[in-house]
Amino acid sequence: MRKNIILCGVGGQGTILASRLIATAAMAGNIPIKTAETIGMAQRGGSVFSHLRLGEEANSPLIAKGETDLIIAFEPGEAVRQLPFLKKGGTVVVSRRAVMPVSAMIGKSSYDPEQMIDYLREHTEHLIIVDADRAAQELGSSKTLNVVLLGAAVRSKELGLSEEDLKKAVKERVPERFLDLNMRSLAWSRDNGEE
Amino acid sequence: MHKEFLMGNEAIALGALAAGVNLVSGYPGTPSTEVLETIAKRNPGNVYVEWSINEKAGMEVAAGAAYTGARALVTMKQVGLNVAADPLMSLEYIGVKGGMVVLVADDPGPISSQTEQDTRTFGMFSKVPVFDPSSVAEAYEMIQEAFDFSARYKTPVFFRATTRVDHGYEDVEVKDPGEYYVNKAEGFVKDPSRWVIFPRLSVKNHALIEKRNAELKDVLSEYPRNQIVPENGCGNAPCRRGIATQGVSFMYTLDSLRGRNVRVMRVATPFPFPEKLALEFLKDLDEVLCIEELDPVIERALVFVCGKYGLQVKIRGKMTGDMPLSGENSMEIVDSAITAFTGSEGERPYTMPDELPAPPALPVRPPVLCAGCPHRASFYAVKMAMKGQKTIYCGDIGCYTLGNAAPLDMCDTCLCMGAGIGIAQGVGHIEPDTKCFAFVGDSTFFASGITETINAFYNQADMTLIVLDNSTTAMTGHQPHPGTGRTVMGQIVEKVSIEKVLRAIGLKVVETVDPLDYECSVETIRRAAAEPGVKAVIFRSPCIAISKPKGHSHVDSDKCIACGKCIRELGCPALVKAADGKKAAIDPSLCTGCTLCEQICPVKAISGGEKNDTAKGGCHA
Repeated sequence: MRKNIILCGVGGQGTILASRLIATAAMAGNIPIKTAETIGMAQRGGSVFSHLRLGEEANSPLIAKGETDLIIAFEPGEAVRQLPFLKKGGTVVVSRRAVMPVSAMIGKSSYDPEQMIDYLREHTEHLIIVDADRAAQELGSSKTLNVVLLGAAVRSKELGLSEEDLKKAVKERVPERFLDLNMRSLAWSRDNGEE
Repeated sequence: MHKEFLMGNEAIALGALAAGVNLVSGYPGTPSTEVLETIAKRNPGNVYVEWSINEKAGMEVAAGAAYTGARALVTMKQVGLNVAADPLMSLEYIGVKGGMVVLVADDPGPISSQTEQDTRTFGMFSKVPVFDPSSVAEAYEMIQEAFDFSARYKTPVFFRATTRVDHGYEDVEVKDPGEYYVNKAEGFVKDPSRWVIFPRLSVKNHALIEKRNAELKDVLSEYPRNQIVPENGCGNAPCRRGIATQGVSFMYTLDSLRGRNVRVMRVATPFPFPEKLALEFLKDLDEVLCIEELDPVIERALVFVCGKYGLQVKIRGKMTGDMPLSGENSMEIVDSAITAFTGSEGERPYTMPDELPAPPALPVRPPVLCAGCPHRASFYAVKMAMKGQKTIYCGDIGCYTLGNAAPLDMCDTCLCMGAGIGIAQGVGHIEPDTKCFAFVGDSTFFASGITETINAFYNQADMTLIVLDNSTTAMTGHQPHPGTGRTVMGQIVEKVSIEKVLRAIGLKVVETVDPLDYECSVETIRRAAAEPGVKAVIFRSPCIAISKPKGHSHVDSDKCIACGKCIRELGCPALVKAADGKKAAIDPSLCTGCTLCEQICPVKAISGGEKNDTAKGGCHA
């Protein structure tokens, strides 16, 4: 097996935990895994990414452009930023909700999230858009967007892991009192994914 | 043995434990911090661990332990090594009795540092051998080898990793605690001819070190991690091209070769350079491409070897314009360099996607202070208090460097740890009509602000010192420091009081305020800045990441007059525009209820947060 996956978003959105859940599931299946991620100053509201490489063949923790099977984006603009890494015919799972940067709020830069979604529609063969606002409303929390997106990713069949594998990883990593919420989050996109 | 999914720094920590480390010291700094934290977390119980107040102290503590025959590890980031350079330079002349590893995390990019300095070059300068791992799993093994090497040759050694190894993750086979090597320290044995550095000892040991390092070139040529990778696709024809590489770039190279016809040498110990191995590598080659990050260390070494042995091999790399002079390597940089070097694309495992048209304007996301960060309130208060006056705001290293961002724009200079105080003093001596401010964090104050403050006070400076005390070392992940009253070993200890330190130096004006009390803060700054000499204001309010949020504020949209003041002047990530695109709104998932926006709203349209009640002194004194 060989899978290259990129998780991307804005510092504080929970990309690192999502990356850890995939790694836990891969380890349980004895799949070698290497990752590289953004840690440090950029976590304070900056763009963050994790590269994950599953399988025997990977030496480098970083993925080359055009060689990513799956991008899981926590934010539309960040999906577009990472799009050059996607392979021909690759899959993008993206949250529709934008995180507006302070620079745009105070008029120092411009950002139109709808344009990003349009761009993704035009240039991605397999695009899954997740309505994060509706998910948060129905789940009663906006804190599990990462697990909602993982659920959508696993059902795209591009993650290289099964929903069962991920469930086990969530059970292992998530504290008991948040388990039910996370399980519902993992399942949420089953009936709510938008292609 | 068992398998764990580990961060590079965690693997290094577990490797040090497996090597029988007895004492670990260090100062936090990205990307090195998790090494010491992991040792503290996974301590089998017999390892002494401390966060030192700075790298110099950490280096000296580790040296003392190594003098007794203990195995010691000291951890820091590359710029921290500059602080520790004084003891290290001399320590190499003295040597150690146990094993001593100096872990330095270099940061190509740089991703979170001031410089792109290369500890491999520092190794050459200080004559200290350098180990340079290429992957997480290898780092686990290599740090154990580094300890053995240090103990055998009685010298401190550098273990130099870079961000992609430090912060990469990998599944690693590690030892169980029962399998760890146990090192028993003999104890310090008095011998002034060995431990007391005098010119006579220095000149004698200098010669010995040079002789030893020359011998180590041969020893390290046999070190299996210095290696020539079998030729890839040369077939029966002799290979005419070679790539010399190191660190994570070795991994980028392996993944980018794709059957292209080159011989690869990986250098694991750039100093002392494995010369014999290099000669074997260079045999019959016409050209070599050096793929490395930071300084052209391998490139220079190969040019030297070619000159020394009269070899006609063209050495390419940074100095010939074939590789970028600065910044981090990526798969793309390495791949395209190999393509240019070999004239071949190789066989790609993926069909390249079609070229994408330029995307719409991407969001610009420089890092910003968190919503509710007390530093925002401190900066805003000083800015408002000094409005209209000629000022300079000298910043320092920590989260509060982010005070430079719009709209606060409160960081005119930033150089290195503690430098803001000296810079404010220096500007003031030349421009007496400028109101000079130095901002320093609590951990940075203890690390290197105290001596600078004494200097300013003694030399009759006129400036205001602002200590931003959020009761933690926030930027690197909340390490304790002398002001927090606890240690990394979990002991509760007496707090060092910043106020008492400042008063003991002799400062007459030392005021403490809660920055989230806006009016009190402005008034205190105005009062303090008007006094002569060196005066200090301590803004004390805990980092939002270590304190519980107090609900959150909300905007009454009927009262909001859409003046935009809160959004425009504070730049808080929780303050956004409402659906109408004009009025203010608050993102409840980010807001901590700090109330700063409530206090500056001209029509009192924001409410719901809870003001702190912890301020002591200041306007209420």
